[in-house]
Amino acid sequence: MKISEVANWLGAEILTPDTDCEREVFTACGSDMMSDVLAYVKDQALLLTGLNNPQVIRTADRMDMICVVFVRGKRPEQPMLDMASNMGISVLATDKTMFHACGILYGAGLREYRG
Amino acid sequence: MAGGAIRFHYDVSGSEFSLAGTASADVKAQLKKMGVPSDAIRRAAIALYEGEINLVIHAGGGAIDVDMAPGVINMAITDEGPGIPDIDLAMSEGYSSASDEVRNLGFGAGMGLPNMKKYTDSFDIQSQVGKGTSITMSVRY
Repeated sequence: MKISEVANWLGAEILTPDTDCEREVFTACGSDMMSDVLAYVKDQALLLTGLNNPQVIRTADRMDMICVVFVRGKRPEQPMLDMASNMGISVLATDKTMFHACGILYGAGLREYRG
Repeated sequence: MAGGAIRFHYDVSGSEFSLAGTASADVKAQLKKMGVPSDAIRRAAIALYEGEINLVIHAGGGAIDVDMAPGVINMAITDEGPGIPDIDLAMSEGYSSASDEVRNLGFGAGMGLPNMKKYTDSFDIQSQVGKGTSITMSVRY
């Protein structure tokens, strides 16, 4: 699924239009605990989160993720978006809840990575 | 640089949580430029990032040193913080002494030290209460 299609499914706004949103993502995870993302996640391309601080972008970057979706109407400030753009990470924002957003993307075919 | 070795040094401030992670970001960028395999870069960057977070939330800051040798990334994280009374306990998954405030920032699940060990090929931690903590670890490729 392309990042632009993720945005369509979630009715999300693309906050980093300068990043390549035609890249494909095949796997995703959802968490507000960056500790868990760092510990348990492997080869996920997309992170859904309701946490809004710069460590979300850094965690995604360290894990080589290419897309972060902020749920529940969270909107990162411009410095975070600039950091994400510099790291090549596309950032989306949706008003949907974590549960709803994960359910939509699961129904559309995204899965967790199972190594 | 000395004797052909490539070294990086970073002083990590303990006062600003939002800046934690800038050193590991720079190391990642440097390793990419050097053509280090992506899996090794990722493992080293995650381990260093966890270390940076620990320096900020537990130790009041510290230092990170990275030393590149052929086929291996050697990393040292040192601080002069409060030290760890029980290292075995600190190394067990899920144990954390982090505050609720830190948990609200998305960290403090008690996975930092175990994760650093998991992602590296060698890991050693020495700590003295009241003196500080020293971690050495390496990633081979």
